Amino acid sequence: MSIVLEGARSPDSVATDPSSWDVLADRLFRGLAKAAAALILLLLAFILWQIGRRAWPGILEYGVGFLTSTTWDVGRGHFGILPAIWGTIYSSFLALLIGGFFGVVMAIFLTQDFLPPRLAVVFRTTVELLAAIPSVVYGLWGIFFVVPAIRPTANWLYEHFGAIPIFGSTLSGPGLLPAALVLAIMILPTVAAVSQDALRQVPYRVKEAAYGMGTTRWEAILRVMLPTAATGIFGALVLGFGRALGETMALAMLIGNSNQLSLSLFSPANTLAALLALNFPEAGPREVQVLMYAALVLLAITLLVNVAGGMIMNFATRSIRK
Amino acid sequence: MKRLTIALLLVTGLSMLALSTVDAPAQERVRLTGSGASFPFPLYSAWFKSFSGKQATISVDYQAKGSGAGIQDFINKTVDFAASDAAMTDEEIAKVPGGVQLVPLTGGEIALAYNVAGVKGLKLPRDVYSGIFLGKITKWSDPKIKAANPGLTLPDQDITVVRRADSSGTTFVFTTHLAAISEEWKKGPGVGTTVKWPASDKFVASPKNDGVAATLRQTPGSIGYVEYAFGKFSKMEMALLQNKSGQFVAPGGKGGEEALASVKLPADLRAWLPDPEGAQAYPIATYTWLLLYKKNSDPKKAAALRELVDYCLTEGQKMSAQMGYIPLPESVSATVRKAAASVQ
Repeated sequence: MSIVLEGARSPDSVATDPSSWDVLADRLFRGLAKAAAALILLLLAFILWQIGRRAWPGILEYGVGFLTSTTWDVGRGHFGILPAIWGTIYSSFLALLIGGFFGVVMAIFLTQDFLPPRLAVVFRTTVELLAAIPSVVYGLWGIFFVVPAIRPTANWLYEHFGAIPIFGSTLSGPGLLPAALVLAIMILPTVAAVSQDALRQVPYRVKEAAYGMGTTRWEAILRVMLPTAATGIFGALVLGFGRALGETMALAMLIGNSNQLSLSLFSPANTLAALLALNFPEAGPREVQVLMYAALVLLAITLLVNVAGGMIMNFATRSIRK
Repeated sequence: MKRLTIALLLVTGLSMLALSTVDAPAQERVRLTGSGASFPFPLYSAWFKSFSGKQATISVDYQAKGSGAGIQDFINKTVDFAASDAAMTDEEIAKVPGGVQLVPLTGGEIALAYNVAGVKGLKLPRDVYSGIFLGKITKWSDPKIKAANPGLTLPDQDITVVRRADSSGTTFVFTTHLAAISEEWKKGPGVGTTVKWPASDKFVASPKNDGVAATLRQTPGSIGYVEYAFGKFSKMEMALLQNKSGQFVAPGGKGGEEALASVKLPADLRAWLPDPEGAQAYPIATYTWLLLYKKNSDPKKAAALRELVDYCLTEGQKMSAQMGYIPLPESVSATVRKAAASVQ
């Protein structure tokens, strides 16, 4: 017996032509969605234009030298951000190394049936809570806990392995390593959450198939699950790296804000975001131009990281599909 | 027709009501907004709060954005007054049509706070503290420090210098002083709200006075400059500094007042004390200014501003010392009160 709904055309079909209202709603929604998407692009363009416009005199005056010079001397009008660029990338990279590793491990731990589901939820929520802690609190925690906690180890490393450049100085207080450690914790929730999603999206039968072929649990995780979820995990790492690049307040409090080019993990350094945040409030008109220039550089770096990340991700997906 | 009349009546009645409600609070309360220096903020906020509380007609809001931002706001006329640790330059004053009245309301000292286990009452001669901040003296056991402090046992520890990371009036005052006492400093880092500090991994920077204070507390063997009130309230050890006449003076005593009194105020009330004279004067002190328009568009606001300045010069001065600032010397506050009359 066929079901006949009111307004249906043929007794064999429940489908009707869309009413004019349906068509209108659909068009309206599509239009709104397009407008919203366009607005995002417009907003980005507007931000770029605004920053670019103010940075322009600075760009004309300092040119490429701004990116390669190492002095920041407002009084004499010498501006260079190489140490800040170096510090931004170095600290973010270190944070990604540490935070990325732990984030992915945590995602595996929480999704691959190591824990009873209820306990896993508790863990997941705890990790996600880390994202809710304000940056300043991380900064203070860094100053009052992380720095004193790692100082003895750091100074021991300097005494015994001081010849290796990365241990080439003592840790007096703020410095690259405490900053990177705190940064690692800050990007952990992002990396863990996105990697978990990626791992959970791998269909269960893939794992079953792996087990069916006689793999051990770890073989299944490392050889099957991780490569299948690789794109998503890579996306998580790119997101984490982007977050690390732009992080400001905690770094401003922990990195030492010193314009130095050093490989040493224990020496103070500087980052672009901290430089911007700390110098804007009292900047004179000339300084504002170069700060805007620096902001543009930071934007460019984040954009590059994201674009490169996207490209590698595409490449990775393609090679997996083959 | 009847309806129309009623509507008309209603509209006129409502608009009159609206007009009267707009008028009433303006008569009752004048709101003054200001922004600028963070250095005197604790004192200003106490002043403005008690001033706003004492009478019903004027309320004052102050935002500590930093001296530079305050001056910008003042030039753009987005505030009724501003505050600055660096006064205003002639160039900036020229941008304000109608003229600017600078009003020094209090002074502050910059203290050298340090964190060396077991060391209290450290004395630092002039060449030593300039040497430390130039990165020339790098150990607490340096013979020059030992010579000035025969009674103290100083550890063989590296000196970590903590400086301000953000551009600040505090740095400006401190570097002005260092440039006055050290030729090498003048030629090297120079004077400014941020300067190029010596390149060393023993120089670290922290944002704001609180950041410097926190870093100092967490870093054994460190020394840094903070505004005296901050050192006082975070209970840090502060060094006795040698002044121009060779005396060692601790911050927070009468030394600040003597430093302010040692300089005669010029007509525009912009007095700098890079290296004050006076036997007991504390060497690193400064005035901090309120910036007022000489021509205010609203005479009520001008009157309110004059009243505010008057309050700060009388009642306010009683709070200064206990908040860690320098009360204005008698002679100065008389001059300032006279000058404030030019705010119209």
